[in-house]
Amino acid sequence: MFVIPLPEKCGGEGASFFEGIFADSGTCSRLGSENKGGGFFSCVHTQPYPSRFLQPPVSSFSRLSDTPVPNRELHNPKPRIVPPRNTMIQIQLPEEEIAGVPLKNHMLLAAGILGTTGASLKRMLDLGAGGVVTKSIGPEAISGHHGPALIPVDGGLINAMGLPNPSKDFVEEIAPLKGEPVVVSIFGGTPEQFGTVASWFPDAAAFELNLSCPHAEGYGASIGVNPRIVRECTEIVKTYNKPVWVKLTPNVTDIKIIGKAAEDGGADAIVAINTVKAMRISTEMRRPVLGNFFGGLSGKAIFPIAVRSVYDLYEAVDIPIIGCGGVSTADNVLEMMMAGASAVEIGSAIYDSVNVFSEIAADLYSPDGISAEEIVGCAHV
Amino acid sequence: MSEMPEIVTITTVVNETPTVKTFVFDKLFAFRPGQFCMVWIAGVDEIPMAFSGANSITVMKVGDATEALFSLKAGDKLGIRGPFGNGFSPSGKVLAIAGGIGVTPLFTLAASGEVDTFILGARTREELVFTEDLEKVSDLKIATDDGTFGFHGFVTGILDQIDVESYDTICVCGPEMMMKGILDRLVAKGIESRGQFSMHRYMKCAVGVCGSCCMDDHGLRVCKDGPVFTGDLIKTGEFAHHHRGPSGRKE
Repeated sequence: MFVIPLPEKCGGEGASFFEGIFADSGTCSRLGSENKGGGFFSCVHTQPYPSRFLQPPVSSFSRLSDTPVPNRELHNPKPRIVPPRNTMIQIQLPEEEIAGVPLKNHMLLAAGILGTTGASLKRMLDLGAGGVVTKSIGPEAISGHHGPALIPVDGGLINAMGLPNPSKDFVEEIAPLKGEPVVVSIFGGTPEQFGTVASWFPDAAAFELNLSCPHAEGYGASIGVNPRIVRECTEIVKTYNKPVWVKLTPNVTDIKIIGKAAEDGGADAIVAINTVKAMRISTEMRRPVLGNFFGGLSGKAIFPIAVRSVYDLYEAVDIPIIGCGGVSTADNVLEMMMAGASAVEIGSAIYDSVNVFSEIAADLYSPDGISAEEIVGCAHV
Repeated sequence: MSEMPEIVTITTVVNETPTVKTFVFDKLFAFRPGQFCMVWIAGVDEIPMAFSGANSITVMKVGDATEALFSLKAGDKLGIRGPFGNGFSPSGKVLAIAGGIGVTPLFTLAASGEVDTFILGARTREELVFTEDLEKVSDLKIATDDGTFGFHGFVTGILDQIDVESYDTICVCGPEMMMKGILDRLVAKGIESRGQFSMHRYMKCAVGVCGSCCMDDHGLRVCKDGPVFTGDLIKTGEFAHHHRGPSGRKE
C-alpha cells in the first residue's frame, strides 16, 4: 500500500501523526526520520504555497540506505523456493524442433510483452526464454490507444494497447537476431495484408498470426472469429515457406471450429489463447479505466480458460498446440502439456519477475527427467 | 493485487512559471525521490510524471495531455498510478544536476536532505523553479542559457568549475543532451558509475510489461529497471542518440 490516509485537518487537532511536521504558517516539511517510512519523501503541501519548508534539513536524517540499488533486478534474481524434487514431475529439454522452430526450451515469450525492440527480445532470450514472439507487426505504423493502456487487476493484467507497432521499420529492429528462435507476430485487416507483412521477414523462424487481439477494430479477433478468413490468412502466409502458428481468441462460441479452420489452411501450430475481453470501471470517475474502455484480460485469472481451450483443441486438431494464458509456474507448464500443449508462451508473469523463464526452468527441467512427449495430452483419459 | 488508479481531487493549482504548474491533491503517496507516477486525465490520456511532493506533481506543458491537464482546476479529479520505478539511491557526498523541469525529482531528493550541492539550469530566469526552497537545503548554483540569472551558460559550465571527483554520487535529470554532457565528463574521469541518470522515454504500461520504453542496447525498461540508471549502463546504446515513439519507431 502506498497511500497514507490524509488527516482531516493537517497540523490541527487530531493530526498527531503529523505533529511537529507542519509549520504554524501551514507550510510543509519533510517527515523526519521518525517516520517509519524513512527513506521515503513525504513532503506535504498545504496552504500557503509554495513555501515548502518548515525546518532546515536534519543532519541526522538517514540516507536512503534501505533503498534498492538501481537495476538490482538485473544482477540478482530474487531467490526462489524450489519444491522438493521428488514431488513434481520434471522433464528434459527439447531435442527436436517444436512446431517447426528450434526452441531452446518449452517456453516462449508471448507476443506483446517486451517485444517492441530487438534489444528487449535479445534480453529475454538471454534471461532464459526458449524462444520469443515479437510484438504484432502490421501493414501500417500505429501509435495505439490512448492511456491508460494497461492496468494490473486481481489475478492478472487488463490491457488495450491498440496494436502499436513500427510496421516495416521492425525488420531493421530484429535484424541482429537472425538465427535466433524469433517468431514474428503479424496482423492485418485482410489475408492480403497478412501476406504483405509476412513478405518483409525472410529471416523469421516462424510467423504467428494475430487473429485474436480483442480490442483493435478491423483487426485481430474482429476477423479471427470468422473460420473462412482464418483459413485464408493461414494459406496466404504459408506461401512464404515458414512455419505458421495461428493464435486464437477465446472470445468465440467454439474455439475448435476456428482451430480446425487454421489447420485446414495449413497451419503448423495453434496458439491458444489470446486475452479474454474485459473491462474495469473506476467507480470514482464513473467511467471505464482503459482509454479504449474495454480490453483483454491476461494472467493467472485466465489460466483455467486457457487450459480448457487447449484441452478442447487437442481433441479437434492434429497439429501441435502452444498453450498461452496465465502460465507462471513449472506446474502450470506441466498442466498445459497434459491438456495437450507441446510448448507454452509466457507473458503476464513478467509483471512479477523478468527472470520468470529461468525461475521456471530451474523447477521444470532435469537431465534425468522424463520426455515431454510422455505427458503432452496425457490428461485426455 | 489490483492497482487501479487512485482517484485524487485537485486542491490547489500553483502557477510556477508561464509553462509550469504544480497540482496539489488530496491524497498522499509514499515515494522515493526519482520514482514517478502515471497521471490519468480522464478522456484524454495517461502520462508519466515525477512527484514533486507526496501530494503533488509539477508539470511542464509539452503536448496534448499536459495541455489538457493545464485546463484542470481545484475540485477536478485525476487518477494516479504508482509510485513506479527505482528512484535515486545516493550515498556519501551528493551532487545533483538538473535542467529545466528535470528539477522536480531532484528537488524532492534535496528536500529529503540528500543533496549537498545542487546545480540548476534553465533557459532563462523566469523558467527557474523551486530555487527559493533549494537554496535552503543545498549549496545551490544556478546557470541560465541566456545569462539572465546566475552563471551565463549551461550546467556543464558550472560542473567544469567544481571538483566533481569529490562527490560520491552525482544525480542528474534534464534534457538528454544536457545529461550526455555530464556523462561525457564522468566517463572522462572514469567515474560514470557514480552518476545516476533519470531517463525519460515514451511509456504505456509503466509496470515493465509492454516494452514501449525499452532502451538499446541492453533492452532495459525505463519504467521498471529505471528510470534511474547508473552511467555505466547507458554510456553505450541509444542514450543521446535516438529513442522510440508511440509506435516503436525510432525518432
